[in-house]
Amino acid sequence: MSRISGGQIDRSKTLRFSFDGVSYNGHPGDTLASALLANNVRLMGRSFKYHRPRGVISAGSEEPNAIVELRTGARQEPNTRATVIELFDGLSAQSQNRWPSLKFDAMAINDRLSPFFAAGFYYKTFMWPAAFWEKIYEPIIRRAAGLGSLSKQDDPDDYDKGFLHCDLLIIGAGPAGLSAALTAGRAGARVILADEDFCMGGRLNAETLEIGGVAGADWAAKTVLELAALPNVRLMTRTTVIGAFDHGIYGAVERVSDHLAQPLPGKPRQILWRIYTARAILAAGATERPIAFENNDRPGIMLAGALRAYANRWGVAVGEKVAVFTNNDDGLRTVSDLKAKGLDVTLIDARKGDEVIDSAGRLGLKSITVRRGNGQTETLQVSALGVSGGWNPNLNIASNHRGRPIWDDSIAAFLPAPESIAGLSCVGAAAGAMSTHAALTTGAEQAVAILADLGIKASADVPKAEDAPLNLSPAWYVHSGKGRAWVDQQNDVTVKDVKLAKQEGFVSVEHLKRYTTLGMATDQGKTGNVLGLAVMAELTGKTIPQTGTTIYRPPYTPVAMGALGGRARGHDFKPTRHAPSHKWATEQGAIFVEVGYWLRAQWLPRPGETTWRQSVDREVLQTRKSAGICDVTTLGKIDIQGTDAGLFLDRVYANTFGSLAVGKVRYGLMLREDGMVMDDGTTARMGQNEYVMTTTTANAVPVFRHLEYCRQVLWPDLDVQLISTTEAWAQYSVAGPNARKLLEKLVDQDISDAAFPYMACGNITVQGTRARLFRISFSGERAYEIAVPTRYGDAMIRALVEAGREFDAVVYGTEALGVMRVEKGHVAGNELNGQSSALNMGLGKMVSRKKDSIGMVLSQREGMTAPNGYRLVGVKPVNPSDALTAGAHFLAKGAEAVAANDGGWLTSVVYSPHLGHSIGLGYLKSGDNRKGERMRSVNLLAKTDVEVEIISPHFFDPEGERLRG
Amino acid sequence: MANPLKSLTPLGHDKPITEIIGAVTIIENVGTALASLASRRGREAEVAGAAQTAGIPLPGPGRSQAAATYSAIWLGPEQWMIEAPFATHEDISAILKPIFGEAASITEQTDAWVRFDLTAADLPALFERLCNYDLGRAGVGAATRTVIDHLGCYVVRRSDVEVSIIGPRSSAHSLHHALTTAAKSAF
Repeated sequence: MSRISGGQIDRSKTLRFSFDGVSYNGHPGDTLASALLANNVRLMGRSFKYHRPRGVISAGSEEPNAIVELRTGARQEPNTRATVIELFDGLSAQSQNRWPSLKFDAMAINDRLSPFFAAGFYYKTFMWPAAFWEKIYEPIIRRAAGLGSLSKQDDPDDYDKGFLHCDLLIIGAGPAGLSAALTAGRAGARVILADEDFCMGGRLNAETLEIGGVAGADWAAKTVLELAALPNVRLMTRTTVIGAFDHGIYGAVERVSDHLAQPLPGKPRQILWRIYTARAILAAGATERPIAFENNDRPGIMLAGALRAYANRWGVAVGEKVAVFTNNDDGLRTVSDLKAKGLDVTLIDARKGDEVIDSAGRLGLKSITVRRGNGQTETLQVSALGVSGGWNPNLNIASNHRGRPIWDDSIAAFLPAPESIAGLSCVGAAAGAMSTHAALTTGAEQAVAILADLGIKASADVPKAEDAPLNLSPAWYVHSGKGRAWVDQQNDVTVKDVKLAKQEGFVSVEHLKRYTTLGMATDQGKTGNVLGLAVMAELTGKTIPQTGTTIYRPPYTPVAMGALGGRARGHDFKPTRHAPSHKWATEQGAIFVEVGYWLRAQWLPRPGETTWRQSVDREVLQTRKSAGICDVTTLGKIDIQGTDAGLFLDRVYANTFGSLAVGKVRYGLMLREDGMVMDDGTTARMGQNEYVMTTTTANAVPVFRHLEYCRQVLWPDLDVQLISTTEAWAQYSVAGPNARKLLEKLVDQDISDAAFPYMACGNITVQGTRARLFRISFSGERAYEIAVPTRYGDAMIRALVEAGREFDAVVYGTEALGVMRVEKGHVAGNELNGQSSALNMGLGKMVSRKKDSIGMVLSQREGMTAPNGYRLVGVKPVNPSDALTAGAHFLAKGAEAVAANDGGWLTSVVYSPHLGHSIGLGYLKSGDNRKGERMRSVNLLAKTDVEVEIISPHFFDPEGERLRG
Repeated sequence: MANPLKSLTPLGHDKPITEIIGAVTIIENVGTALASLASRRGREAEVAGAAQTAGIPLPGPGRSQAAATYSAIWLGPEQWMIEAPFATHEDISAILKPIFGEAASITEQTDAWVRFDLTAADLPALFERLCNYDLGRAGVGAATRTVIDHLGCYVVRRSDVEVSIIGPRSSAHSLHHALTTAAKSAF
């Protein structure tokens, strides 16, 4: 075994790499597999279950055996296929699933015990005790059957996502794909040609066939050069199209930096592309399949086409004495190509009755036993055996939308069903056109037809190429001996396992797969599925199509989680929204809380405060004592204009708005169609036909969407225009007895109680800057909300703080906001839970019956108005030192803590610094009639059981005297 | 009265930023005032007439259009975003309202948005990493609403080499991060 002449490797450059700690040399153009073979390394891994020594069987992405851990440290990646790893200088790879070493693997004892490990062994054996499965059995089994290990470190590399658009996506750059691309590219269509290999040409790179009088690989290179010069053609190597999605959208992973030791600065390792296509062509070629025989899994036994590829493309002879076992004429090409390279090749032609019945060699093939058609057996000393049982079209993507493949007896394989995916055509070997001529012709002709459909004129110009038939005579497995013949090498599924599945009644392909694991794991049965089906068909006496077909989900080959996540991880998982006071609040050391994308100040600690409660209590007490400032920009603001704006509001709000005077604000309650409360907020009438609606922070987008739906779909006859202005205005609440005095220092207009009474609104100026003022309160204090254009938001918070200095005003966060609203009995997110009606919230009278509005009718449903339904109540602990817990349920004293006795629950709990104890809001059955009642609030999770008294939800200033000043 | 409140740019600085990342120049544009314009029901012709008189272009779907003082982006049926120089039109809605009277609804939008102007010879190569907008087919004057890193943005092709991205102001920093990351990654 060694390098031989020829191949597409750059022998002038040497690349150093290591496998299992041993250093080797390779060349640019090599894969890890070709370089290892060139260094006489055939043993590359251990099998999944029996830990059998394994080497490569393929030269592509279908590889089931040569699975390695690539790279080290944080970049270590398990389960990479040595056959597609592009060699780079410094590459380091380790074999998997062996201990202590690849050559001596203690777990190979499993192979000796194989009679116990047949299909279904685990299901039958680890039945009891059931509790042992998750904690004991499964971890042990998983470790023994490991498919590589994770570094458990963060991936240091970045992954991009992107979007591409084209007239025609061509998947695969073999002869059919290149021919289609050339036809479409020359016609001026916008073409994307994607291939998973780092070198375009597909099988042409592995063959000695000629196209148009030149070597196939040279024709491919020349064609790629011409395509590269066309501005309308995008060539994407190292790009695997992973699946067909809806509406002509295809997913593709481009491995931008996988062929480098690490990505260049700022560059991603991979890009997950979404490709939007008018049409697509699947030219993904075909995958060769083996013929199963006893001990057909030794390193050195591989697919005949792979053996040929290693010789032709990479200049590697896997052995000097070689045999080829084939049932078709393509196998003969391997014989002639290897002979031309000077190797000693023996042909075993299944069509003449010759068969390989066994092999020998512990860590690699040493000999095979051949039974000739005349019944004689002989042993051949060979170190490599190429096997060809035919070729399966790579129809995977064509079945992504459940299109059932169709059996074709002429090549004994499944073909993609026509029209299996709208807009996708299959050409070349992927469509069962197995000669080079057929590939070139179908590629070009399909491209012409597709372009005609798109209104682009094109013509096919197909060069001369071989058009030999495959001459295949089906042969699936060799009926000989009692040993194991492997069907699916990745999952260690043998002919015997398929027989056992049949014997135990798992005949359907879906059951066969799940019982034996045939076709699972990283290779998804690319080499084994059809073989497994064929064995089952023979056992059941049915044809293969009668037995079943397998279809494929995306992805075509494994995709790194990082590529699916893209840039959205860690700090960049999602965007954030900064309130206008963010910069100032950050300077103050504010603690932020995420509300949707917003970062809101939760509390603003001052020096000496060691617990959040100290900060929040201070903010609450000082606001109620003097003045407090809070950034309320995050509340949704929707500008509503038009001559029917008032009528529109009357329809979307449960209470009346048409009567609202210009310059006034009103609290509004919005119901869903089903009568439940959707959102609440205030709406200000800024002009005759101009309103500003305020929503809760969380519902800003849903409410806007709802209003647009109402406007566009329900009542298109109304003259209403909407636009969000949430971000346009920096809005601050200024609350407390000194709020007006504070604002008077900044506002240019008269805002005395006479000029600007409770619930007034208007356009004002702040030292010359345009502003809006609303006299509304969520805290129960005399309060205003003042808004300036957002660019002045930072200056405004600083101006407010400065103006408030003489009043010792505080800036408060969302925690203090929450305390004050609970003290006032205002509902918020915890009460607006989507399952509560206005009646539940004690706001039933707000739902006007004098007009129609969304949700009005259904809010009057029988179940919604039941007198024993939930009602909002205030709750305090009987013993003031007891703390309440949100989520605790109400139980009668002495009642058992079971669901049947549940009376309701505590929705919101805060510590009221004014009252000096916990207070809460809750929903209690018939709560409006139970004031003064003593109950228990029980939280089984927090293990609390507190005696509480039901009281009015208005804990503080119930008459609202402070509001009006 | 002199304006004592000092403005900050969407990125939170005193002055807008200009960055050159390889082949891409990113400018935070704070020189444009914005207002939305929507025709009131049944008064579309009046709006079109008034706009023409005032030199305000009203482009069709998927388009933007520039004139001497004003430019406009189509937002939806009978709805546009009007642009004008901030220096002369800071109070843009107060300027537009007399032009259209009660025939249109006008809402100030200047501070709702951050605008980044991106200049690069190969803009499609940058935008294929940012959003699902086919800039290769979108000629000068094309405009759309799209999503960039979860953020709803307008993309306006001003010229072969210049695109404006108009995104939510409160997420200016997140959008800026997305743009600089893509610029480093794409070229």
